[in-house]
Amino acid sequence: MKDFIIPGLDGAPAFSDRDYGTPERHSQKMVTLTIDGFEVSVPEGTSVMRASNTLGITIPKLCATDNMEAWGSCRLCAVEIEGRRGTPASCTTPVTPGMVVHTQTAKLQKLRKGVMELYISDHPLDCLTCAANGDCELQDMAGAVGLRDVRYEAPADGGFQNHFLRKDASGAPNPEWLPKDDSNPYFTYDPAKCIVCSRCVRACEEVQGTFALTIEGRGFDSRVSAGMAGDTFLSSDCVSCGACVQACPTATLQEKSVIELGTPDRKVVTTCAYCGVGCSFEAEMKGDTVVRMTPWKHGKANRGHSCVKGRFAWGYATHKDRILDPMIRESINDPWEVVTWDEAITFAATKLRGIQAKYGVRAIGGITSSRCTNEETFLVQKMIRSVFGNNNTDTCARVCHSPTGYGLGRAFGTSAGTQDFDSVEHTDVVIVIGANPTDGHPVFASRLKKRLRQGAKLIVIDPRRIDLVRSAHIEASHHLPLRPGTNVAVVTALAHVIVTEGLYNEAFIRERCDWDEFLHYAEFVSQGRHSPEAIALLTGVDPQELRAAARLFARGGNGAIYYGLGVTEHSQGSTTVMGIANLAMLTGNIGRPGVGVNPLRGQNNVQGSCDMGSFPHELPGYRHVSQDTTREIFEKLWGAVLDKEPGLRIPNMLDAAVEGTFKGLYVQGEDILQSDPDTKHVSAGLAAMECVIVQDLFLNETANYAHVFLPGSTFLEKDGTFTNAERRINRVRRVMMPKNGYADWEVTMLLANAMGAGWTYTHPSQVMDEIAATTPTFAGVSYEFLEEKGSVQWPCNELHPEGTPIMHVDGFVRGKGRFIVTEYVATEERTGPRFPLLLTTGRILSQYNVGAQTRRTDNVAWHAEDRLEIHPHDAEVRGIKEGDWVRLASRAGETSLRALITDRVSPGVVYTTFHHPDTQANVITTDFSDWATNCPEYKVTAVQVALTNGPSDWQVDYGRQADLSRRILPAAE
Amino acid sequence: MPADVQKLVRMANQIATFFDTQPGDTQAAEVAAHLKSFWEPRMLQALYAHVDAGGAGLSPLVLQAVGRLREPV
Repeated sequence: MKDFIIPGLDGAPAFSDRDYGTPERHSQKMVTLTIDGFEVSVPEGTSVMRASNTLGITIPKLCATDNMEAWGSCRLCAVEIEGRRGTPASCTTPVTPGMVVHTQTAKLQKLRKGVMELYISDHPLDCLTCAANGDCELQDMAGAVGLRDVRYEAPADGGFQNHFLRKDASGAPNPEWLPKDDSNPYFTYDPAKCIVCSRCVRACEEVQGTFALTIEGRGFDSRVSAGMAGDTFLSSDCVSCGACVQACPTATLQEKSVIELGTPDRKVVTTCAYCGVGCSFEAEMKGDTVVRMTPWKHGKANRGHSCVKGRFAWGYATHKDRILDPMIRESINDPWEVVTWDEAITFAATKLRGIQAKYGVRAIGGITSSRCTNEETFLVQKMIRSVFGNNNTDTCARVCHSPTGYGLGRAFGTSAGTQDFDSVEHTDVVIVIGANPTDGHPVFASRLKKRLRQGAKLIVIDPRRIDLVRSAHIEASHHLPLRPGTNVAVVTALAHVIVTEGLYNEAFIRERCDWDEFLHYAEFVSQGRHSPEAIALLTGVDPQELRAAARLFARGGNGAIYYGLGVTEHSQGSTTVMGIANLAMLTGNIGRPGVGVNPLRGQNNVQGSCDMGSFPHELPGYRHVSQDTTREIFEKLWGAVLDKEPGLRIPNMLDAAVEGTFKGLYVQGEDILQSDPDTKHVSAGLAAMECVIVQDLFLNETANYAHVFLPGSTFLEKDGTFTNAERRINRVRRVMMPKNGYADWEVTMLLANAMGAGWTYTHPSQVMDEIAATTPTFAGVSYEFLEEKGSVQWPCNELHPEGTPIMHVDGFVRGKGRFIVTEYVATEERTGPRFPLLLTTGRILSQYNVGAQTRRTDNVAWHAEDRLEIHPHDAEVRGIKEGDWVRLASRAGETSLRALITDRVSPGVVYTTFHHPDTQANVITTDFSDWATNCPEYKVTAVQVALTNGPSDWQVDYGRQADLSRRILPAAE
Repeated sequence: MPADVQKLVRMANQIATFFDTQPGDTQAAEVAAHLKSFWEPRMLQALYAHVDAGGAGLSPLVLQAVGRLREPV
């Protein structure tokens, strides 16, 4: 799409698409120069090309683009500079004071035309049928320089070399021609169209940080090459982030969707519905068909980058498995009956009210979705509190980051990460603990790796050797491969070293924290039993490495801690979160760019669903239900009396269901049967209920036990907001009508109204207004504000009208920061003769959570099944070879999957993912949970592994039950 | 002990184990506050019933906390 917008002039939009050619510089020192007679001032270090673009003067270019450093290879951006010889490349020439630049002269015109003529002499002229037609920078530049003629032609007798003709003029095959590589499911590589600008290679290195691409050969033999000789794009290290495809100025790297559909005709800015990074995208559309998703350069979470899921894996939205009509059944043994919305909603409302009449007001509840919008989540908890009349609301954050809420709330006074993602650009030492960002939060990982390549140091605390420990051009200074379940011991030992070696920041602690609490804490951690040496046997961590890591973090400059579910999903999850907060306060790493405590949230709207009052004990804005003043705010607005007692959390709901006091559940966009631990207990709980309502895109695993199925809508089909891990509220915008007829908030409203609510919302913006009116941290948020700013980080109110990129700048939300004693308590889940190995679980780049979405895309090309990672030693003693079927058993249950032998895991530890329902890793996990929040202990299960022939009896039975449960009665004609 | 009661006992003891390690003399109050903040009434009632039945398996700190919770305010 061509761009004639001149930023800074009247009427120009704030978010211009203009490509400035080279990256922005941030120097305070400004340099003034003249370009084509116009004076301009830019920060020192800016290129002539960028300076020119700020004036609205475009210099022709091919190898330059503003999300990577200048390369200077295409020779097209030549300019003349008074007092200098020759025609320097404007992309690699920095501005100097008083410089006088000419971007268009007869000499330059001739030079550029000659350059383009050479390019085009080795490029096919099939523009009319080319997939990049209308979106090709080579085509644009040929036009821009006025190329009218190409004098270089292949001689009739053959032998003349080019890369694009399959046969030369004599009919002999052209040895320079290479076939298209279409191994990647989402894009093709056509070497015939390559101009060797290296933009793809540089994008892979600078933007993504994978280094999967290179230019092989020299001169005329130069070729873009993925991986090693003989590799295709699919078999190489390529992670399919698509940065190369986006960077390619021609059709050499091209989205298959564009090849099929043609170029898009409009773009809508929206937010990715996968992980907690919350990348901004432009949905590029034709009519109501998505042609492609491209990361938005003004998105502050992702700064123009994306991963394979966000950019490519949106095909589930139109997958044939989507259920578009409501369905009901009396018993879970019956087949489904397709009904009208009216019938389904009436059936559900009658059942729920019937249950309450029979078993009491507190016998029903609901689960909000971390994949749905803030507005939708707000309405679900509003329905539960004000229409159901109880506080039995919970969300999937229960099973991921609830300890973050509790732990950071206790230590700092609020439940959220302290930084924005830009902060990593100012970090000197990073601790990554219990997180695997390259797989779970890939775009953040790319930003982190960029900083590591600039020299920042990294400490990884994880039982597995994750990719960050060592991969292309990055290496952790220290990897502490601890035994699963010993986080608290390791974090406390780090504090032991910092305190006993006098490495703590006394000035910060005296000013910002409670000094008496610090003294007590210091005495506690200084005890010899917390030393690295004392815990070495328990944790398996080398004491010298641990000491070195502590010293590096305390003395290495700006220190930031990033953590994930490897911290929270433990019996002591909340304690570890408090331990992490202690480390940040000890070292003074709070309240400025480059530092902080940063939970990497799992799902796109985990932060938002917590903010919106999804938890049974908290109203929106983290205010306890027992606070009369808070309840009054909502009671007045909602016209209902609210329960002042906390409600049931998800595990408690299931326990109560098994006991017989909890009978009805409304589940929006969650699949608790697959995602929650101890599958047998979950299914027993669900089976004991009289009315389970599942609202989802697909007949998920939970729906096997449902009586009502309400079709959900995708993020492409509705308006709303998501809040990412940095508290950033981003707009989700509707680009197509809901295929099921209603956005999810409308479905909730139908159900609430059928139960007497009387709601009259006509747009999610009205829900946001209600949130702002009731929740102090959101007081300044509105759709108009988001339209103007693009996004905002809460708190956003009178005190922080522009939002809050970094928290606790002048003091902690709770006043003084609180040091909390973190005694290690071993989990009751222990290995023994029957179950000698420890299982820990995680996710993989190409799949997302329970896989309901990604399994319905071509991402299955990378991860078609869950595998069990096992150390060669543990495999050998059991006679297990690569790819063998193994039986994985714990005291909770057993399943079978195939083995992957790797020394990424330590001896004694096995690892698997939970993306596939055929495997059901959670049949193995137990019902142990975090002491404070009941967040399940997914990350530690004692197991045994043995060879087997194939799927277990349980898997076979489960598959049979699932098939039976998914029967749908043919519609009556 | 039935499985559901056993689970409540374990959860209550886990909470007590944490607060037991904290300084000062407010441990029982903290455990009580935690239970009151996060446990739904039927869970508390079940815990009270178990205490009335002898409170087998419960840590002394949980028993103290339950005592505080049940005191008329």
